[in-house]
Amino acid sequence: MQLKSRHLLGLEGMTRDEILLILDTAASLKSILDRPIPKVPTLRGKTVVNLFYEPSTRTRFSFELAEKRLSADSISFSASGSSVAKGETLKDTARNIEAMKVDTVVIRHSAAGAPYFLSNCLASSVVNAGDGTHEHPTQALLDMMTIREKLGRLEGLKVAILGDILHSRVARSNIHGLTTAGAAVGVCGPATLMPLEVERLGVRVYRRIEEALEEAEVFIILRIQLERQKKGLFPSLREYRAMFGMTRERVDRLKREITILHPGPINRGVEMDSEVADSRHSVILDQVTNGVAVRMAVLYLLSGGRGKFEGEEHGQS
Amino acid sequence: MASPDLRPVRIDALLLAGGRVFDPRLRLDETADLLIGRGKIQKIGKNLSRGFRGKRIDCAGWILVPGFVDMHVHLREPGREDEETIETGAYAAAAGGFTEIVCMPNTQPVIDDRSRVEFIRERSQGLPVSVHPVAAVTKGLKGEELTEMGDCAEAGAVGFSDDGRPVEKAAMLRRAFEYAGMFNRPILSHCEDTSLSEGGAMHEGYASTLLGLKGIPSISESVAVARDLMIAEFTAGQLHVAHVSTAASVRLIREAKTRGVRVTAETCPHYLVLTDDAVRGYDPNVKMNPPLRSEADREALWEGLKDGTLDAVATDHAPHSSEEKDSEFDAAPFGILGLETAVGLMFTHGVHRKRMTLRELVLKMAVNPRKILSLRDARIREGGEANLTLLQPDLAWTVDREAFRSKSRNTPFHGWALKGRSMGIVHNGQLVLNP
Repeated sequence: MQLKSRHLLGLEGMTRDEILLILDTAASLKSILDRPIPKVPTLRGKTVVNLFYEPSTRTRFSFELAEKRLSADSISFSASGSSVAKGETLKDTARNIEAMKVDTVVIRHSAAGAPYFLSNCLASSVVNAGDGTHEHPTQALLDMMTIREKLGRLEGLKVAILGDILHSRVARSNIHGLTTAGAAVGVCGPATLMPLEVERLGVRVYRRIEEALEEAEVFIILRIQLERQKKGLFPSLREYRAMFGMTRERVDRLKREITILHPGPINRGVEMDSEVADSRHSVILDQVTNGVAVRMAVLYLLSGGRGKFEGEEHGQS
Repeated sequence: MASPDLRPVRIDALLLAGGRVFDPRLRLDETADLLIGRGKIQKIGKNLSRGFRGKRIDCAGWILVPGFVDMHVHLREPGREDEETIETGAYAAAAGGFTEIVCMPNTQPVIDDRSRVEFIRERSQGLPVSVHPVAAVTKGLKGEELTEMGDCAEAGAVGFSDDGRPVEKAAMLRRAFEYAGMFNRPILSHCEDTSLSEGGAMHEGYASTLLGLKGIPSISESVAVARDLMIAEFTAGQLHVAHVSTAASVRLIREAKTRGVRVTAETCPHYLVLTDDAVRGYDPNVKMNPPLRSEADREALWEGLKDGTLDAVATDHAPHSSEEKDSEFDAAPFGILGLETAVGLMFTHGVHRKRMTLRELVLKMAVNPRKILSLRDARIREGGEANLTLLQPDLAWTVDREAFRSKSRNTPFHGWALKGRSMGIVHNGQLVLNP
C-alpha cells in the first residue's frame, strides 16, 4: 500500500488505512534508531529542504535527524537568515528552491494554508511542519504513535485535548487523526479559546476539566501562550491554572493510570505541574523519540516507499 | 488605449431591430425597433427599418433595458494604475453591461477634495461609460476631519464614503450625516466594527474552524449596521449600506425601513452565489471584506432582495495585481473583480433559477442605484437619452479571466459556466458591442 497523495498537508481527509500505514511504518523504522549506527541508505540521493518561516527547535531538529537517518541530503533554511527579510514572496522562494532540483520541501509557516499554496506551485513533495493555526500533521501522528505504543490501540480510546483549541494546529490535526482512527475525542478549554462549531469536527466539548478527567484515559495538554492573555482571551495564568491546569492535585485525586502528552515546550506550573510532567503518567519524552520515527516514515512513504519498512537495507555507510 | 476588441462606435444613426424593449418604470414590455440618433431615442415602433440608412443591429432574442449602473466600484487610478485605470475600469464595465459606474474614493491619494473629484471627471470624459466619483467622508479616510463636502458635491461627487473602512467614531459619523444632508448626498457606509474583525481573513464559522484561519464574525458587520441605522435615524440622514453580507444586517435594515429610516442597501453577486465553504482550498480569489458568509446568510440576502430590503446589486469590483493575490491566504489583499461577471451571475443564479424576475433585476441594477444617488433618469422613451444595456438572457458562456478588459485577474469565477450576458451598451452617444 502507498499513500494517495505525494504531499502531507494535513490529516483532514486522510483515510484510516493511510494513517495506520504511517504509524506501522514508523514503528518498524524506530528500531533503526537503536542500532549502533542509526542510519540507512533509503533516501540516498534525495534532497530535502526544511523551510522554516517560524522559529522552531524541536520540530526542525526532528525533521533534520529523520532526514540524516535516512541518508537524504538536506538543508535547512530559517526565515531570519533567508531572502524573506528582503521581501521575496513565498512563491518566488519556492520556485528558486525547486530550480535547485529538490525532491521534498518541509515547511513551517505562520500562515494557515501556506503548504497547500506551495503544493500548487511545486513539483516536489510538500510536508506540512505546522501552518498557522491550521494543522501540524506529523505532531499528531507522533502523538498517535505514542498513544498506541503505550496502550496498544487507538480505536475506542477516550482522548481529551485540553487548552487553547482555537489557536492550536496540534489540536486540529489530532482531532482529524484520532477520530479517523476510531478514538472518541473531547476538547476542553476556556470558551474564549474554543473555535465556533467545533462539535462539527466530530468531538464533544467538556465544559469543565473535571468532566474530562472523569471520562478520558488519554490527555493531550496544549501550551497556553501568554500573548492570549494580553489580547483579552483569558484573565490570568493564575486563573487558567486553577480552571484548566493539569495539576498534581487533580491527577492524584484520580487514583488510576492515565496517559499524558504535551507537544512542548511546557509551561511548567501553568498548563501542567512539573510533578505531572515528570510522573509515570507522562509519555512526553517518548513523543520526542517517536517524532523522529514518524518523520522518517512520512519522508520514506512520500518518496514512493511502499508498505511497511522491513529494515532490510543493512548497508549502512 | 481602448481594449483592442472593444471599439466604441460613435453613432449618428443606429437601429436596434426586433428586440424586447423592457422598462419596468414605464410598464414597457414589447418587441419593437428602437431608432437612435444623436445620442437620443428618436422613435420606438414597428418596422422602422424601412428606408433606414445607418447601423442596424438585429436584436431578435435580446432584451433592451435601461443601462445598468454599478454603484460600487474600485478603480485604482490614481495610485495603482498597474491594477486598473479609469479607462480600463470603464471598458470592463462596458463589457459587463454597465453604462454607468460609481467609483469609491480609497485611491492613492484619496478622493477627498474638489481637485481630485474633478480629476476623475476629466479622466472619464469621452468614455462610453459614465464614471461618477464618490468622495471621502473624512480627509485621507482617517476618520478625523470632514472633507469639503459642499465643494466636492458641486464638482460632481454623488455621495460620500470612507469605503474600505468604517467611520470609527460615532460622533464623526453623526456630523457626516448632518453635513452631507445639506447637499442631499447619501453616506455610503462600510459597516464594520474593526475591534471584532481585526486580524480576520474569512467568515468565522465551521470553515474557519476547519481551515485554521482567523474569523471575521458576522456581528462585526451587523453591530455596525445597527449603529449606523440609529445615527441615520437620529440625524434624519440618508444612509446607504454597502455590501451587505449577513442575515442580521438584512433583518436590521428591514426593521429600520418599516420605521421610516432613510436607508437603502446593496449586496453583491458573490455573496449571493458563494459561501464560506468556497474558502476551502485557500484560494485568495475568494478573499474579500466583508467575507463570504454562511448558507443561512446567503439565503437571507436573496430574501432581502425579493422583499425590497436590499435595493441594489453592486459588485464591489476590487482589482488586485496577481503578484499580491498569488500568495498565502493571510497575506493576500481583500477584494475580487465584479464588473464582467455580475450580469451573467445574476441571470444564471437569479433570473433563471426564479429567485428574481427580470423586472427585479432591472430595478436592482438600473433603476434603484440611480434613485439612491440621484443620477439622471434613463427611461426608454422617445426623446430621451439613449442609455441602454443590451441583454442576451439565454446565451451560454464560460467565464475566462484572460479575456477580461479589466487590468486585473482576481476572480473566483474563472471557468464558471453561465447563462445570460450583456451583448453591449449604448450610452454617451456611443455603441460598444461585445465581440
